[in-house]
This record gives sequence, C-alpha cells and structure tokens, in this order.
Amino acid sequence: MEIKKRVPVMEQAPEIRRTNFDEVCLGYSEAEAVEEAKRCLHCKKPLCVTQCPVSINIPDFIEHVKEREFEKAARVIAESSSLPAVCGRVCPQEIQCEGQCVLGKKGDAVAIGKLERFVADWSRENNIDLSQTLPKNGRKVAVIGAGPSGLTCAGDLAKLGYEVTIFEALHKAGGVLVYGIPEFRLPKETVVQHEVDNVKALGVKIETNVIVGRTVSVDELMQEEGFEAVFIGSGAGLPMFMNIPGENSNGVFSANEYLTRSNLMKAFKEGYDTPIKAGKKVAVVGGGNVAMDAARTALRLGAEVHIVYRRSQAELPARAEEVHHAIEEGIHFNLLCNPVEILADEKGWVKGIRCIRMELGEPDASGRRRPVEIPNSAFEIEVDTVIMALGTTPNPLISSTTRGLEANKKGCLIAAEETGKTTLEGVFAGGDAVTGAATVILAMGAGKKAAAAIAAYLKNK
Amino acid sequence: MYKITAKRLLAPSIYLMDVAAPRVAKSANPGQFVIVKMDEKGERIPLTICDYDKIAGTVTIVFQTVGASTKKMALLAEGDYFSDFVGPLGQPSEFIEENIEELKQKKIIFVAGGVGAAPVYPQIKWLHEHGIAADAIVGCKSKDYLLLEKEIKAVAGKLYVATDDGSYGYQGFVTDLLKDLIEKEGQKYDLVIAIGPMIMMKFITLLTKQYGIKTIVSMNPVMVDGTGMCGGCRLTVGGETRFACVDGPEFDGHLVDFDEAMRRSTQYQTEEGRAEIERQEKETGHVCNLGLGEHN
Repeated sequence: MEIKKRVPVMEQAPEIRRTNFDEVCLGYSEAEAVEEAKRCLHCKKPLCVTQCPVSINIPDFIEHVKEREFEKAARVIAESSSLPAVCGRVCPQEIQCEGQCVLGKKGDAVAIGKLERFVADWSRENNIDLSQTLPKNGRKVAVIGAGPSGLTCAGDLAKLGYEVTIFEALHKAGGVLVYGIPEFRLPKETVVQHEVDNVKALGVKIETNVIVGRTVSVDELMQEEGFEAVFIGSGAGLPMFMNIPGENSNGVFSANEYLTRSNLMKAFKEGYDTPIKAGKKVAVVGGGNVAMDAARTALRLGAEVHIVYRRSQAELPARAEEVHHAIEEGIHFNLLCNPVEILADEKGWVKGIRCIRMELGEPDASGRRRPVEIPNSAFEIEVDTVIMALGTTPNPLISSTTRGLEANKKGCLIAAEETGKTTLEGVFAGGDAVTGAATVILAMGAGKKAAAAIAAYLKNK
Repeated sequence: MYKITAKRLLAPSIYLMDVAAPRVAKSANPGQFVIVKMDEKGERIPLTICDYDKIAGTVTIVFQTVGASTKKMALLAEGDYFSDFVGPLGQPSEFIEENIEELKQKKIIFVAGGVGAAPVYPQIKWLHEHGIAADAIVGCKSKDYLLLEKEIKAVAGKLYVATDDGSYGYQGFVTDLLKDLIEKEGQKYDLVIAIGPMIMMKFITLLTKQYGIKTIVSMNPVMVDGTGMCGGCRLTVGGETRFACVDGPEFDGHLVDFDEAMRRSTQYQTEEGRAEIERQEKETGHVCNLGLGEHN
C-alpha cells in the first residue's frame, strides 16, 4: 500500500524570514490538520504514546482532529500537558512520538507535533477554557522557577486543589521559554504568555523577582511562610565556557547572554533600552538547539554566521528541524573543528578564532563517535564576535543555601526519577536542575511526576 | 511594583532613593547589590545597596546619572514605582562571617571613591553595630560631591575626606591620602576595603600590595540577570574566571585583573556615551569611569 505523504506545513521563505523575528513555521490550517490527521492508523498499541514524556493520548486527540472536534482534541491534550502550544513547537518529535510512528518506517511519520500545535493554537484563538480544578484544599505548595517543569508541576497541583505559589528569579515567568528560545521559534506574547496565563487561571500565584537562596531560603518558605512542600525547578542556568585563551576578550558572549538580551530584554526591538552587540561576522561554538538559536538570532540581527562544531552533522544534538532551517537560512557550518584560542586585537576586541580540525574516532560514553584532533591542522576564521553555546549547568544557589539538600558533582540536585524526591523531606525537584540541560518536554515530564508525588506525600502527611 | 518611598538629591547628578521591597530588605546584608528595572522596556541595572530597613521593609539605593537609563531613573519621583527590584544579589561581605572578637583586633579602613561611599556605608554601619569602629577615606572631586558625610561620620572611627580640588579636607586622590596615613602618620591597617571607580580600586590595590595589606574590592561589571546566567560579568581573579554576580561582587583586590575588567566594561558603551563622558571629564578635569556597568 502506498503511504500518503505528510501534509506539508507552510513556512516563511528562508530569504524573507532571515530578516525578521516572526515565527518561521506558520502551522497547519484546519483543512490541512484534518487531512494530516487522516493519516493516523490508530494503532492498537500506539508506540507514539510510549515515547511522550507526558504520555499524551496521541491517537485519541488526532481522532478528534480528524472529526473536526478541535475542542475535544484540546481537552484530551490538556489531561496530560499544560503547555501544548510550546511542545508542538519545540519538542524533538523525531526522536520521541514521531520517531516510533509506524508510518515512519516506510515513509513520513504522522506530523504529531504540528497537529498538537494546531490544536493548541486553535484552542487559544477560540478562547477554550481548560481551567477546571478541584475545590481548593487550603494546603500550600511552593514551586521554585516558572519554567517548563515549574509551570507543569504548579498547574497539576492547582488542578488537584492545592494553593500553589511559583517563585521566579527573573522579572518575567516562562524560564527558558522567555529568555532562551527565540521569538521566531516560540512567539512570546501569543504563545508563551498565554500558556503562563492558563496556569494562572488555575489559581497559581506567580511571584517574580524572588531568587530562592538569596531573597528567601527554602527553609524560610517551609518554616515561616507555611509551605508544606517545595518543588525545585530552577533549571540549568549557568553557562559553560571552554577555558581557552582569549575567552574574556570583548565580543565573546555566552549564548545565554546573547539570547537573554535579545529574547527576554527584547534588544532586537526598537524602543527597548537593553543593548546587544550583534556582530558583523559571528562564530557560534556548539551544535545544540541553543547554538542554532543563537546563530539564527545573530543572522536576523544582520550578521554573517558560522557554526563551529567539533563533530559532524550527524552528531549535531539540535532538533533536525532547527538544523534544516538554519541551513536554509544561510548559516555556515564549520563541522569537525574545535576552537583552541580566541584572537583579539590590541584593544582587546575579538578579531578571529583559531580552530583545529577534528576527525571522528571510537564512540564515547554518549554513544557518539569521539572527536579527535588532527595534528597540525590549525586554521583561523576571521570574526568579530564569538558566542559560546556549550551547554549549561544548574545554579548552585539553592543547593548551597539549603542544609540537607544534596547535589552531585556536576551541581545537579539528587532526586528520585519517578517522584522527584530529594534528600530533604518535603522537597522535590525536577527538570534541568536535576538532569542538567535537557529538553522542555523532559522537564515537563519531571514536573508532572513530582506533582503526583507531592500530592501523595501531602495526603499521607 | 516597588514604590519609591523617598528621594533625595545627594550631590549634582547623584540621587538616593528608598524603595519598598520587604523581601529584599529582610535578607539584605552589607556587600550585596540589587537589580532594578524601571518599566517594560527598561534595562536591568545593577546597583549597590546603600542601606536597608528590615522593619520598614525598604532598601536604599544611590546612583549617579551616567547613561540614558540612569537619567530616566532620575526623573522618577517619590510615590513612583520601579516595575522590578530584585535582590539581594551576590555574596555578603566576608567579614560578616568572621569571628567578631578576632575582627575587633583588626584595624580596618574603608576607601570610597565617588558613589562608592554608598556601598561602603552599610558595611561600616554593620561593623559599628557589632562594636567595631572602622576608619574611612571618602574621596570625590569637590566638596559638592561628598556623599553621606554625616551618616558615615556617625558610624566610623575616623573619617578622612579627600577632594581632587582641595575644596574640602585633604587635597588629592584617596591613594595619596592612604599613603600619607601609612607613611607619615604611621597608621597600621590590617584590612583595606576599597569601593569606587575601577581605576581607583586598581591604584589602591597597587599601593596596598607594597605594604602587604589585605585589600577587598567590590566589582560592578556589565551584567544582565545577576544570578549567574549570562556570564557577562566574568572577571579574571587569581588567573581564574569568576562571575562577579555570584562569586562576588567582593574579591581579593590583589588577585583581580583590573585591566581586563576595565576593558570589558566598555563593551556596551556607545560612541555617544563615550563622547559624553569625555566632555564631562574635560569640563571638570576629573577622570571619571563610574557607571561603566551601564551602557551609555
């Protein structure tokens, strides 16, 4: 039997979108969504669901889309996910739900991510109220961090009747969704703000500008402010650097700084006060989603952009769609090369980056082939700006100020995988704060499990 | 929203504000700082804490108008609000963790330059409250620019004032005054805490190194979030990269690479901002690099 091809999704043309910050992917229309939904085989044992970190009943919501019952589809998703418009846009579907789709074995997998996005956007545009909760039970839970894991955990607990307050260090809720992921991939005012508002509509309070570990401690929250349990979803906020010569030259930025200036502080927009040094010729070091985001942001700010990555294209950890979009937009990929020094002019500003060529050796602990230096292969790329996108680690602020809360050598909080239980009674944790930098959906999955565990804990307390 | 409960002009273009921020006031300690943001479109501006009242729930900040943002900030009046006010950020001063009896044995002198008098004040006050009288040198370009004289005098051991033009107190730089105190007056200090323009802190540390006096400085580099996220505030201290926001802002001054820090602090200066600073310097004959942490 001939498998029908996936319904293509409309996108802004590369030559146009590289000059603006509007969303790249325009999403399915109703007709396109229904057409794509018809491709689902409704497997008896749907493998897609097993690969979803929050176990959305995928065949069920797709069935409703097929029947044009979009509101019902939204309710099915809402049972499992509080951030569908986000996940439909940023999940690595190709290695999760879509990666196990039976259709994918011989052709295109069902576009589950695009369908999820369609349903979430439709639900927003049609003001569907998904804010049903059980009656308030008067028991207080504190959630630290208003990112994906915190919002999910807070939303789930609020639905069960708990009085939840989220404490957010920045001035805006959303975590990586607002400071990290750019507008062209995840619109802030429409999508992110709406998802945050949905969580608030469940009765969750969000207190911004509170840095737990500085402004208030976990102990104070529990002993003085009456919170019976705490969920820590403080993410992995500390940028890593390479520790190579010249890295503190003017014009070397962490991707976190570059993206925060552009995304959170809106430096790319006229009228906002925060400056950004866009650069004319920019090297972005790294191959993950953050590297792609930084590269494509720099491109939109007018720079010529070079990704510098030490392995080959096959090993790029970024989502396939982001790499594809970056290539389409004209980002240059310098693969199998690794920076060894950043070169500065006499005033201390970046003028180039010295790299060494690599080849792939035996697989390492991550299962990817280890890059090995090729002797005497150093060369220079002339750039005026370098952005380091090498990954991030958890902020030690909470673990270092909370007695009894243990972290491992990498600074990740020690927490049970199924419950998020930490080494401290009543304190749970999940997301990047526990795993180190990972994905939005894994953090949401952890927030969800922790919410269930917190509810169970408080019931027995 | 964070209400401005009091505002005062301390000196030309230098303002003091009390801001209602109970959580910050409750947790604040000497040596820490805050980040303020005026409105939706404003930037996040790091400012040192000048004082805090844990009962009233207010935090006092002092700032000088150098760039576009601080100029806008100066237009806010009593009763107006900051959209955001977050802190306390950074590590408290090292001495608050020390044994008080041992601390009492030490002769401490603070050296403040310009608006550096503001962050020095809560430190001297904290010591005073713990029975320790620390001396202080406060330097500024002329008498009109002297900040918090009465307040510091009330809590310090001896207060020495230095003005560039000799209009008040000692004529000359704070470095010259400190040198005179040590060499001519035979004063012996165990600890110097210097807060002010980077160039001042650099020269103080060069001086104290000669005498082998431990010297703490407070760094105020460019930063965005103040929680360790952006890494914009990174400095080289003792050959290692440190983040001023979470590892500092106070460091052993003899280990700080000031030349790199000064160079990095110019990253976001615009041509226009640089020209303005040069114009002011020409006008007053005072070399100023305050507020380099703000883009101007």
